[in-house]
Amino acid sequence: MNAIRNRFLLVLAMAMLLVLQGCSTVKSADARDPWEPMNRSIYQFNDAVDTIALKPAAELYVKALPSMVRTGVNNFFGNLGDVWSMANSAMQFKGQDTVETFMRISVNTFMGLGGVLDVATAMGIEKRREDFGQTLGYWGVQSGPYVMLPLFGPSTLRDALAFPVDMQGNVTNQLSDQRTRNALLATRLVDTRAGLLRTVDAVKASSLDPYSFVRDAYLQKRRNDIYDGNPPSSFDYNETASPSR
Amino acid sequence: MNRRHWLAAVGAVGLSGLAGHAWASDEAPDAFVQRITNDALNSIKSDKSLRSGDIQKVMQLVDGQLMQHVNFRRMTALATGPAWRSATPEQQKRLQDEFKTLLVRTYSGALSQITDQVVVVKPLRRGQDERNLVVNTEVRGKGDPIQLDYRLEKTPGQGAGWMIFDLNVLGVWLVENYRNQFTKEINAGGIDALIASLAARNRSNAKPA
Repeated sequence: MNAIRNRFLLVLAMAMLLVLQGCSTVKSADARDPWEPMNRSIYQFNDAVDTIALKPAAELYVKALPSMVRTGVNNFFGNLGDVWSMANSAMQFKGQDTVETFMRISVNTFMGLGGVLDVATAMGIEKRREDFGQTLGYWGVQSGPYVMLPLFGPSTLRDALAFPVDMQGNVTNQLSDQRTRNALLATRLVDTRAGLLRTVDAVKASSLDPYSFVRDAYLQKRRNDIYDGNPPSSFDYNETASPSR
Repeated sequence: MNRRHWLAAVGAVGLSGLAGHAWASDEAPDAFVQRITNDALNSIKSDKSLRSGDIQKVMQLVDGQLMQHVNFRRMTALATGPAWRSATPEQQKRLQDEFKTLLVRTYSGALSQITDQVVVVKPLRRGQDERNLVVNTEVRGKGDPIQLDYRLEKTPGQGAGWMIFDLNVLGVWLVENYRNQFTKEINAGGIDALIASLAARNRSNAKPA
């Protein structure tokens, strides 16, 4: 235990060093991303881990299991995730969403074999993802600087601080049996990555600089989700207003 | 008194007839989006070579069916930013061509996923400017629904009366996301550098993985 803690402190110290180095040498071009040099190195680290381990695991998972089984696994974790979404809808005083998500969970748990079948979506009860970062954003907490988390990917200071709360809120983490819990967490990770196989490839193919493409997309998407799909536009569409071709 | 009522009724009918006529020639923005997305979806569902990602075929669909509804010049100009105005017509054309190829290649990969999806157009939000109007839609099929929004401008007498100039996939507006990508290249080496890197990216994407 002590050894682990020491190693953790070492990693933390190294990360701090990187931050300080980043601050002193290179000025970032984007005001939302003052820690860009550090974020970029973590992005490269994540990308390497992904290429070596996570992506191959996800590809193997897709190859080995028929899509029906994978959909079942995805639905199962989706149903567990709905519980925390419901709690966050409630914390944002979104009454109708809270009730609807509660109905989703009831329907899927009891009629959908414990969540393996997504009966609720078929019945037209929409899925609404909410997490604690969104709840904070809803109540006016600014996102703060962009942060690239080791292993967990793009985030902001606000969302990174909310992340441990989200982890606690996830039903999987509440299981007392450590082996079952770890197995479930690993399966969830692979399931999530499998769902992103095409997306990640598309991002790499469609961007000139994947790092800033991911960052800009993440920041836009978070804003979009906090405003439930219709954020006020922050982009100036009139700047180059030109009559059509 | 009776006669005046009668006149008023005729007048009202006449006016509503006129209004009805104007409405018919100018399609409502949500109806416009529903129509063109249904057309595109049906073309994809009925053609296997499109779903297998045959880039030539996808290009034909884009040029033949979709581009007439897109103000792609404006889209490219917005992604480029202020540097667009100082670019020569030749540079602007090459930039549009490379950008289009990049987008078509990126999205053609997703076509293989299309099976039984339907596009649901959400009710229009009120009080929007006709020169910058958002239509929200959702693609529903198996799995989570996909948010797909369109930004339209009214173009009376041109095309279907509406043109798309930005697209939002899963909460991310395309033009805004490309602005930083483009600006970085322009700052490093001007418009020509941007065109060159887009062309290079397209060449490397064209190679079979």
